[in-house]
Amino acid sequence: MSVPAIAVRNLVKTFGDSTVLHGIDLDIVQGQVSCVIGPSGSGKSTLLRCMAFLEEATRGTIAINGEVLGFTENAQGHRERISAATNRSIRSQIGMVFQQFNLWPHMTALGNVSEALKTVHKMNRKAAEDVAMAQLVKVGLEARAGHYPSQLSGGQQQRVAIARALALKPKIMLFDEPTSSLDPELTGEVLNVMRDLAAEGMTMVVVSHEIGFAATVGQQIIFLDHGKVLFTGPPQDVFKRPRNPRLEQFLDTYIDRGASMLL
Amino acid sequence: MTFDINVIVGNLPEILSGAWLTILIWIVATLAAAVLGFLVAAARRFGGVALDKAFGVAIAVLRGTPFLIQIFLVYYGGPFVGLSLDPIPAGVVGLSIYGAAYFSEIFRSGFAAVPQGHIEAGICVGLTQGQIVRRILLPEMTMLVLPPSVNMTIVLMKETAVLSIITVPELTATLSAIGSQQYAFVEALFVLALFYWGLVEITGWLGHLAETKLTRFRFFNI
Repeated sequence: MSVPAIAVRNLVKTFGDSTVLHGIDLDIVQGQVSCVIGPSGSGKSTLLRCMAFLEEATRGTIAINGEVLGFTENAQGHRERISAATNRSIRSQIGMVFQQFNLWPHMTALGNVSEALKTVHKMNRKAAEDVAMAQLVKVGLEARAGHYPSQLSGGQQQRVAIARALALKPKIMLFDEPTSSLDPELTGEVLNVMRDLAAEGMTMVVVSHEIGFAATVGQQIIFLDHGKVLFTGPPQDVFKRPRNPRLEQFLDTYIDRGASMLL
Repeated sequence: MTFDINVIVGNLPEILSGAWLTILIWIVATLAAAVLGFLVAAARRFGGVALDKAFGVAIAVLRGTPFLIQIFLVYYGGPFVGLSLDPIPAGVVGLSIYGAAYFSEIFRSGFAAVPQGHIEAGICVGLTQGQIVRRILLPEMTMLVLPPSVNMTIVLMKETAVLSIITVPELTATLSAIGSQQYAFVEALFVLALFYWGLVEITGWLGHLAETKLTRFRFFNI
C-alpha cells in the first residue's frame, strides 16, 4: 500500500464559536480523482483549503505524500508550527484552482502562467514562457496567450488558472468549485480540461456540485455533511445504491433535475 | 490702486528662485512621503498587531493636528530634543512626515482592496510574502491608489506655503516679502495664486494621463 497522496487525520476547524469540520479522517489515493460532494456549508471548501494550507486547521494533521503540512502534532495534542520555507516546499506538490479563478489582472494569460516559473523557479523569461505556452496549448488557449483576464470569458479564465497551476508540475490538483461561477456551456469546456487531466492519471480532489462529473470521472466520492464525512466509496456504491439516508436525500435533489440519466 | 506688473518683472530672479525652491521641496517631500507611507502601510499589514497599533496612534496624531503646528514643533521644538535643523531640511522633514501619514492610509486601503483570492493564488504557486507584495499587491493597487495619491500630491504642494513661517525662502515667503516691501500685495498674491493653480493643473493632468495608461490594471470586471 503506497503512501496516500493526502492523509487527513482528525482534522478539526473552528471559526470563532462555530465548528466547521468535526474530526475528518480521509485518504486521497495517488492517481485517483476524489470528488467531495455535499450541501452548501458542509465544510467542503474549508476541507480543501486546509489541504492547501490556506486555512490553518484547529486540530489534526494533513500530510502531503507523507510530509506533514503546517503543523506537526504529537500524541498529547501539542502542535508545532512548520517553517514557511518548508511549507512552501511541501505545498509545491499541490496545484490549486479557485471558484473565482483569481487570475492576476495586470498580467496576460501567458504572464499569469509563467509568473511563478520566473519569480519562484528563477527560470529566464524565454524558458518560462515556453513552458507556459505549452500549458496554454494543453488547455486550448494558445491563441489567447496575449490577452488580459478582463478580455477572456469565465471559462477561458478558469482554463488559464488550471494552466497556471499545471505549469509548476504539481503531483496533486485541488479544485474548489471550479465551475460554480460559470454558465453550463463554459462549465463544459472547463470540465473537459479536467477530464483530460484525470485521464493522464493526475491525482485530483474536486469540490463540486457537478454530480455528473463526479459520477463519470470520480473514482472516490466523499460525501460531507455538517463537517463530517458521512460516506466514502466508489461512485457506483454512492449513486446506484446509496445506503446512507442523508446521502440519498441529497442525491434526490439532483435526480429530480434529470441527472439520473448520467448515472 | 493699480495693478503694477513691474513689481513682478522687476523681481523676477527672486521670484523664480522662490518658485524653484517650492517645486524642489514639494517633489522631494512628496516622494519621501509616498515611500514612507508605503512602508508604514506595509508594516501595519504584515508587521503584527503591536506595530499596527503604534502606527495607528502616530497617524491619528499627525492627521489630528494642523500642519502649521507640526512644522512649528519640528523647527522651534526640535532643538529641545537635540534636533536642530535648518529651515529647508526642517521643512522637508516635516512635510514628508505629515504626508506619510496620509499616504499610509491611502496605501492601507489599497492593500485592503486587492481581493484575498489574488493573494491566495500567489501563495499557492509558491510566492513569498515579499514577492506577493512586489508582484501582485503593488501593481494591482496602483490603479486604486492613483487618484487619491494625485490628490495628496496637490495638497502637499499647497502645504509648502506654510513653510514660509519657518523662514524657508520658497515662493510664498519671497512674494510676501516683495508685497510688503513695495506695498504691492495684490500683485504678489495674484502671481502666487496663479503659480499654485498652474502647478495643480499640471499635476492633475499628469495624474489623468497615468490613469488612462493604467486602465488595464482595473480588476473590477467580475
